[in-house]
Amino acid sequence: MQALVDQLIQDGYFQGVPREVLYAASMALAAFAVLSFFVAPLAGVTSWLERRVWARMQSRVGPNRVGPQGILQWLADGIKNLLKEDIIPTAADKWLFVFAPYIVFVGFLATFVVIPFGGQLIVADLNIGIFYLLAVTSLVVVGILMAGWSSNNKWSLLGGMRSAAQIVSYEIPAGLSVLTIIFVAGTMSMQGIIKGQGWAPWDWFLFYNPFTFGAFFLYFTAALAEGNRTPFDIPEAESELVAGYVTEYSGMRFLFFFFAEWGNLYVIGAIATTLFLGGWQVPPVTDNPILLGILQFVVFFLKAYFWVFVAMWVRGTLPRVRVDQLMSLCWKYMVPLSFICLLGTAAWMVIWPRGNRLASVAMFIWGLGILALFFRRVRYQIRNARPEIYLKPYI
Amino acid sequence: MSEPVPAASEAFHTEDMTISMGPQHPSTHGVLRFVVKTDGEVMREAIPDVGYLHRSIEKIGEKVTWHGYVPYTDRADYLAAMFTNQAFCMAAEKLGGLEVARRGEFCRVIACELNRIASHLIAVGTFGQDIGAVTPFLHALRERETINNLMEEICGARLTYNYIRIGGVGYDITPETCGRIVELLDHFGPIVDEYNRLLSYNKIFIERLANVAVITKEDAFQYNIVGPNLRACGIKWDIRRDIPYSVYPELEFDIPVGTGEKGTLGDSYDRYMMRIREMQESCKILRQCLKMIPKGPAISKVARKFKPPAGEVYVRVEAPRGDMGFYVISDGSEYAYRVRIRTGSFTAMSLIDKISRGLMVADLIALIASLDVDAPEIDR
Repeated sequence: MQALVDQLIQDGYFQGVPREVLYAASMALAAFAVLSFFVAPLAGVTSWLERRVWARMQSRVGPNRVGPQGILQWLADGIKNLLKEDIIPTAADKWLFVFAPYIVFVGFLATFVVIPFGGQLIVADLNIGIFYLLAVTSLVVVGILMAGWSSNNKWSLLGGMRSAAQIVSYEIPAGLSVLTIIFVAGTMSMQGIIKGQGWAPWDWFLFYNPFTFGAFFLYFTAALAEGNRTPFDIPEAESELVAGYVTEYSGMRFLFFFFAEWGNLYVIGAIATTLFLGGWQVPPVTDNPILLGILQFVVFFLKAYFWVFVAMWVRGTLPRVRVDQLMSLCWKYMVPLSFICLLGTAAWMVIWPRGNRLASVAMFIWGLGILALFFRRVRYQIRNARPEIYLKPYI
Repeated sequence: MSEPVPAASEAFHTEDMTISMGPQHPSTHGVLRFVVKTDGEVMREAIPDVGYLHRSIEKIGEKVTWHGYVPYTDRADYLAAMFTNQAFCMAAEKLGGLEVARRGEFCRVIACELNRIASHLIAVGTFGQDIGAVTPFLHALRERETINNLMEEICGARLTYNYIRIGGVGYDITPETCGRIVELLDHFGPIVDEYNRLLSYNKIFIERLANVAVITKEDAFQYNIVGPNLRACGIKWDIRRDIPYSVYPELEFDIPVGTGEKGTLGDSYDRYMMRIREMQESCKILRQCLKMIPKGPAISKVARKFKPPAGEVYVRVEAPRGDMGFYVISDGSEYAYRVRIRTGSFTAMSLIDKISRGLMVADLIALIASLDVDAPEIDR
């Protein structure tokens, strides 16, 4: 974005306008564009899609009335929530209660500053990109704690506390998995990490060595936990804590929390894609920069959105773990394993400083094998699944 | 010189948090309330507070005629209305010295076992939902829907049946319906396996339930735990076999007991698996009944103004939530003198206080779900 503004100034536009004002204006413009043309529809459509996918898994129909296949359901829900009464409990700590959703929202939205959309499409390619990302996502936990505390509701408080413990704990395996990739890539810039990979799967960091392969799954699991998703959705466990930290919220404030949650799914997918799955790298098929940009955007989006779908899939399948099991999973298994991944990768880089192509290809084939086994298993399950029977009712 | 260091408990005085869980709470299966004292996530105690769904069904029994009370018994446990119907009718028949039409007895067993499957489907479905898996719940409800359709075909109602009447059953089961029940059973057998694959053998699910809220044999006896919850403790006690009624002595079926397959004997997982196994046994019973059902009237002749001679009687049936007893006193008039209903959920509630100490809050949900308590049955 800065480069673009500099270019425009050099070309003679905006004579007499101070440079700082231009920067600020361009930032505001970018924020507006990303929020209204990408994040809002994305989170909305994700909410709709999740309900549809979930319904499909549960042999239901799901929302299908607003627009074709119900795709505009999120707009209807948004308007409904905007029109709802904004209830602030009398016993609540008013200021904290009001500000909590914004903090969660800001923590989520600020990640889009460094998330790339394509080779050239990125708001700011910070040289500490991934580090910045880890930092701002931690802001979410502050908002959730504020919401839990200020609601003056015991369920909310329990939910907030659970969430704080969970997010803080799972930052560690997630951070260590990310660090593994920073080792390999030698940079923290998001674009830099993507440029370190190739379009071919065996050039992805996922298949760089067995340790990065493991780090990917550790990262994805930890990210699900950080995003409060099933099977780690204990902060808002509806069967235990009513609705956790959002119990007392209504209307648009309630929606902000869920806006952040659904949007966060894409962020998880985008980070995984950037770090492990080659980002927007496409085969060299065209020289046209616009076409290339579109292609890169589509490739990146599809890769990232695939993981959103996986998260929905997991949510439709798994039960929820208990608080102590969640903690023991993190500290007893995931943290040591992520350290192993980190040290293993470090050792690997000492032995093969430029990577080992043969190992990458072997890892790729192994990954394909796992995928094939998985699909075989899924096919077996589907074959054994009994569809609904329709016993003719007598009326 | 140096001051004594206060013990940690003195230095950081903490208070237990008292939470009122219910009567409006997503997983208390109706309107149940627990006063939970917790230290963070660990419970100090959970005291059940019952009575939110009291409808004085027992008192109504003294005010309406014998025939007229049958629809009221539906409401005592609306997830398993057939059994309350049957228990009351058996009590009335025993008082009046009535013979039940033989076809009627088979119709009763068929309807009851269908109802047992439906009730257990709700139990395992909500169990999944309480543990956080929503998909199995909806799959269970989908299967229950077909059973509800069959029930509608049999007796015209989907939840509160009023099907079993004094002397037999209200409507005969037609051959077409029998065919559909077989169709359902053919469909349902593999469904249980599917359910096992989806939920029962899920690693997280097992971790959540194994070794949680263990009920020992002694506790089970002392607190009068009945039904699947008792059998999960390893005690082979089933009214259908041990105090036989209806045509159950002629039928062959196993009584599943808990084995502690994934943890301790009598833990939540055992109680869960009890329901899964009993559904399979019910399928067996249904198949036999459909083969054995004789021709003849479905209801024997009963006076419209039914006046059993004075006396008192206690009958027991094996309902999905265990031994259900009806204690009925007649003074020879057209109204019962006293009706008392003994239900399994109510006694199970008394155990919760003892078992729940030291569990996590999430385990209390698992405990309630595994006991399969049902608010209308507790309060009546």
